[in-house]
Amino acid sequence: MTPASAFSNTRASYLAMALLLTLLCGVSLFVGTADLPWAGNWLDREALKILLISRLPRTAAAVLTGSSMAVAGIIMQLLVRNRFVEPGTTGTTEAAMLGLLLVTLLAPSTPIFLKMVIAAISALIGMGGFLLLARRLPPSQPLLVPLVGLIYGGIIGAGVIFIAYQADMLQYLAVWMSGEFSGVLAGRYELLWLAGAMAVLAYFAADQFTIAGLGKSAGVSLGLNYGQVMALGLLTVSMVTALVVVTIGMVPFVGLVVPNIVSRFMGDNLRANLPIVAGLGGILVLASDIIGRVVRFPYEIPAGTIFGVFGATIFLWLLLSRPARAS
Amino acid sequence: MISIRDVNHNIGSARILKDINLDIPRAGATAIIGPNGAGKSTLLNLVARLQPLQTGSISIDGQDVGKTPTAQIAKALAIVSQQNFVASRLRVRDLVGFGRWPHHRGRMGPEDHEAVDQALAAFDLLSFQSRFLDELSGGQQQRAFVAMGFAQGTDWLLLDEPLNNLDMFHARALMKRVHGVSRSGAAGGRQVLMVVHEINYVAAWADHVVALREGEVALQGAPEEILTSAALSGLYEMDIQVSEHQGRPLVLHHV
Ligand SMILES: Nc1ncnc2c1ncn2[C@@H]1O[C@H](COP(=O)(O)OP(=O)(O)OP(=O)(O)O)[C@@H](O)[C@H]1O
Ligand SMILES: [Mg+2]
Repeated sequence: MTPASAFSNTRASYLAMALLLTLLCGVSLFVGTADLPWAGNWLDREALKILLISRLPRTAAAVLTGSSMAVAGIIMQLLVRNRFVEPGTTGTTEAAMLGLLLVTLLAPSTPIFLKMVIAAISALIGMGGFLLLARRLPPSQPLLVPLVGLIYGGIIGAGVIFIAYQADMLQYLAVWMSGEFSGVLAGRYELLWLAGAMAVLAYFAADQFTIAGLGKSAGVSLGLNYGQVMALGLLTVSMVTALVVVTIGMVPFVGLVVPNIVSRFMGDNLRANLPIVAGLGGILVLASDIIGRVVRFPYEIPAGTIFGVFGATIFLWLLLSRPARAS
Repeated sequence: MISIRDVNHNIGSARILKDINLDIPRAGATAIIGPNGAGKSTLLNLVARLQPLQTGSISIDGQDVGKTPTAQIAKALAIVSQQNFVASRLRVRDLVGFGRWPHHRGRMGPEDHEAVDQALAAFDLLSFQSRFLDELSGGQQQRAFVAMGFAQGTDWLLLDEPLNNLDMFHARALMKRVHGVSRSGAAGGRQVLMVVHEINYVAAWADHVVALREGEVALQGAPEEILTSAALSGLYEMDIQVSEHQGRPLVLHHV
C-alpha cells in the first residue's frame, strides 16, 4: 500500500463513518414509545415537541457519550502504554462515583455542575493513583496492568458500596453504574456537550498523545513536554468520566473496545485515528440505545447492558485473534 | 563538541559513573566501547537528558543540557535508545515521520516529507513503509527506529547499539551511512556518537574512540591507538589479537 492509498483509505473511512452516524441519528429520532404524529406530509406541533424535548437530546446524548468515552479510552491507553485499560477498568469511574456519592451525601443541594466538578476532581485523583501504580509494573507483563487496575477499581468500588449501603443510597449507585438514555430530556443532558468539547480539544494535541504512547525516552528525545501532555490527558479522561457518570451513568467497555477495533485496522496514529474512534464510539453506543428501545418494545433495556454484551464479545474476539497481514 | 564535566551517577549505593570528564570532539563518528555494564548507555542517556543529571554538567556545542529547553535540544540532538519497545501500532512511515516533529510541531511540510523519504530509503525501508511496526522483524524494527533518529536531522545523533539485530548487509550499510553523513553537507556534516560492540565496525568506520570500563573512561583516542592488542586485552580482560587489513586494525577476538 502506498502512502497515497493509505490516505484515501482514511478519507473513505471518515466518509463511511459520517454516513453511518447520520443514518443512525435519523433512525434514533423516529424510534420510541411515543409515535410521532404526522400532519399531512409534515410533523405537527406535538411531534415537533417530542422531537425537540426528548428524541433529539437522547440521540445527542448517546453520540456524545460514546464518542467522548471512546476518546477517553484511547488517551488513557496511550498514557499508560497499555491496550487493555479504560476509565471503567482502572478505578477512575469508581473514584468519580465516590466523589459524587460523598457530595450527594454531605451536601445534597449542591448544583449539578458543582457535583460534576467534584466528581471530576475525585476521578482525577483516582486516575493519578492508578498511573503511579502502573508505573511500577514491568512493561514486559502487559496483562498485569489491567489486572492491577481491576483490583484497584474493585477496592475503591467496595468503599463506594459500603458508604452507599450505610447511607441507604444504593439506588443512586445503580443509576450511576448502568448507562441509560431513557431519562434524557432537554435541560438534563447538556453537560455532555462539555465532554464532547474535551474530546475535540484532545484532537489538537493528537500528535503529542501519540508521541507519549511511544514511551518516555522517545518523548523526551523529541522535545515533548511530557508533564503538560500528561496533565491534559488526565484532565480530559477524568472530566469525561465524571460527566458521563453524572448525566447518563457508566457505559462499560466503550473506551476499551472502540480504540482496539480501530487500532486493529488503522493503527494508533491519533491524528488520523481520533475522528474514527469518536465516530465509532458514537455509532456503537447509539446503536445499542436503539436496539435497547426496540427488542422488548414498549419496554426498554439500558444501552449500557446491550453494549456490555456486544462489547465483551467483540473484545474477546479481538484478544483471541491476532491480525495476519502482509502488504 | 560535547563536554562532560565531573559527572557522577549513583543508583542506590552503586557508583555507575565515576567522575567522568570527557570531551567528544566534532570528529565525525565517535564510538563508545566497553564491556557490558560499563555505563555506556547511562552516559548516553545523561547526554540526551533521558535521565536527570545527578552531579556535574554536560553541554552540547555550548548549550547546557540541564538549562536549555528540551524542545530546543530536540533540534540539536537525537537519540536512538538501546531498547525500543513500542506498545502502540504505528506504520513505519508515521514512526519515522515523528522524527520531524521537533521541527514542525504540527503538520508536516514538504521538507519534512522529503527528510522522511530520504531516511526510509537510506535504511532500506521503502517497501515496508505502510506496514505496522509489530508486523516487522527485529532487525527491520531496529532500522525503523534508527531511521526515525536520522530523520530528526539534528547536528548530533546518539545511537545506542544501532547494530542490534542487524544482518551483516544492513550493519555495514548503517555504518557506511553514519560515516557518510558525518562527512557530507554544510558545516562539516553531522556528528554521530554511538555505542558499538562489534569492534571491527569501529575499526573500519569510527573517527574517534572512547573506552569505558566500570564507570570510568579507560581510554580515548584515534582507532589505531585504542584498538591494539594490549589495550583491548586489558579492557575486556581476555586475550585479543589485532592484525591489520588495508591500513586499518583488524581485531581477532572470536577465536
Ligand atoms: N535501575 C538500575 N538499578 C541498578 N543498577 C542499574 C540500573 N540500571 C543500570 N544499572 C547498572 O548500571 C550499570 C551501567 O549500566 P549501562 O546500561 O549504562 O551499561 P552499558 O555499558 O550500556 O552495558 P551494555 O553493554 O550491556 O548495554 C550496570 O552495571 C547496570 O547493572
Ligand atoms: Mg547499554
